[in-house]
Amino acid sequence: MKRNIFRRITNFYVEGLKSMTLGRTLWKIIAIKLFIIFFVFKIFFFPDMFEKHFRTDSEKAEHVMEVLARVPGTIPAPHIRKSTDRR
Amino acid sequence: MLEHVNLSLVNWARAQFALTAMYHWLFVPLTLGLTFLCAFFETIYVKTGKEEWKALTRFWMKLFGINFAIGVATGIILEFEFGTNWANYSWMVGDIFGAPLAIEGIVAFFLEATFFAVMFFGWNRVSKDFHLFSTWMVAIGSNLSALWILVANGWMQYPTGMVFNPDTARFEMHNFFDVILSPYAISKFTHATTSGFALSSLFVIAVSSWYLARRRHVLMARRSIAVASVFGLLASLLLGLTGDEAAFMDGKHQPMKLAAMEGLWDGANNAPVVALGIVNGMKKPGDFHEPFVYSLKIPGLLSILANRQPGSFVPGINDLVFGNQERGITGAEQKIEMGRRAAKSLAAYKNAKKAGDIQKASAALDEFNKYRNYFGYGFLKAPEDAVPPVSITFYSFHMMVAVGTGMILIFLLYLFTTARGTVEQATWLYPFGVLFFFLAYMAGEAGWVVAEVGRQPWAIQGLLPVSIARTDIAPDNVKLTFFMFLATFTLLLIAEVKIMLKQIQIGPEEVK
Repeated sequence: MKRNIFRRITNFYVEGLKSMTLGRTLWKIIAIKLFIIFFVFKIFFFPDMFEKHFRTDSEKAEHVMEVLARVPGTIPAPHIRKSTDRR
Repeated sequence: MLEHVNLSLVNWARAQFALTAMYHWLFVPLTLGLTFLCAFFETIYVKTGKEEWKALTRFWMKLFGINFAIGVATGIILEFEFGTNWANYSWMVGDIFGAPLAIEGIVAFFLEATFFAVMFFGWNRVSKDFHLFSTWMVAIGSNLSALWILVANGWMQYPTGMVFNPDTARFEMHNFFDVILSPYAISKFTHATTSGFALSSLFVIAVSSWYLARRRHVLMARRSIAVASVFGLLASLLLGLTGDEAAFMDGKHQPMKLAAMEGLWDGANNAPVVALGIVNGMKKPGDFHEPFVYSLKIPGLLSILANRQPGSFVPGINDLVFGNQERGITGAEQKIEMGRRAAKSLAAYKNAKKAGDIQKASAALDEFNKYRNYFGYGFLKAPEDAVPPVSITFYSFHMMVAVGTGMILIFLLYLFTTARGTVEQATWLYPFGVLFFFLAYMAGEAGWVVAEVGRQPWAIQGLLPVSIARTDIAPDNVKLTFFMFLATFTLLLIAEVKIMLKQIQIGPEEVK
């Protein structure tokens, strides 16, 4: 019985996808767009800077605290220091 | 004018965020409103059983599908930008935004993804009632998705329900319900969604008017206009009410934004609303330039809008920058001083903790807590930095209000001619219907400009300026991705318009 329901749901989607006309074009656009967003933009142009430069949450917190604890004109702005720089 | 544009890293990062958000907002409002219109059309079909309503529903659903497909995932890029360009900010608000964005993801996935398939693949394959239920679920689901994003935005405008943890350098959620039921969140949600409803109604009216002008699909066009003009009228009236509420909230919590929206430099009792004005771009805080080159004012109206109290005092930009002792207003000058004390105490806390001096750390923390509400001001270099770009905020606000008022008239005219059965003859009205569809888009974007430019220099109101929220990265990286986005989004927009126009040209299926 469970298998039957699963098959009916799968068939619903498969037949629906097969019967598409305009939908095919739209799916192609979605696929290209998602590829550009996740495999080009995200990987090559949008790294998570903190994940890239710090290993632990306490390192991230320490960096942000350094930024926050400076008062304009008194302490120069800290640059992001990599975890490896500290070793 | 361009020589005054500061092309520093923070401004490139802001421009990139604005570009992606504004492109994203081209797709979102149409999705928000068109889903409900499809649900209304289908409800009439199920109630009447008339096949013409089914064809009509399927036609608008197809246009909705095109918009949804092209627009889907364009908002994800904003989240990428948080991690790359705004890493400090992202770290600090992670605890607050985590819950709403996770709920958004789950709701969007389960409601939209599940029922979306039934809505498109389910015609004649599931029962009429279940199909209708699915359409309603898509409408509710897509609008609920917007709720969580707007809760996050509302929190940035009015940070509440949180405490700042100096050990983790994060804002931590203290009360979930304070965050989601924040008056700003509710105001943002109702105003943004109703603007989507009004815009979508104008979309249906514009396309239908085009059919009427060409004497094609006349019955479908007339019926579409009838439903859209009622929905649009209700939405635009609600839009006015929610806009009034938003301005009232600004008066209470973001008075600088409200002052910039109205170009009010010197606070006044019985403060006027500027019905029409040309801003003097030379005007700076504390100088003697006239604020307007030309202005037509309605006396007293701003006092009512800002305080709901006739004749009451509304602070101007100068009051908020330099303070006004008589009115008990603390100026940015004093707030900067207190903010710097907070920043110094935080530095002292950090150093004392590192040195293991618990007593000193505790004293520094007490001092920090005394001034923490002004923390963000400590990073401003001068009191004038607390002033947003006045011209942009003023013109965007007035353009939005003018279009919002005009659209009420458009909906009324379409409704009136429909009720009298003369909409087919009212050809003079069609160009206005089409024009207002484009104006509504501009007004929606202008609304976001008011909300976001009007609260500069803050990423989080009063607590974190954009200059501190940003990541320290090379400006060239941001410039490069700015133009890549511009190209990608423009291509997507061209694709949407082309496919949409083709489908409109084809029109709805013929009823056998």
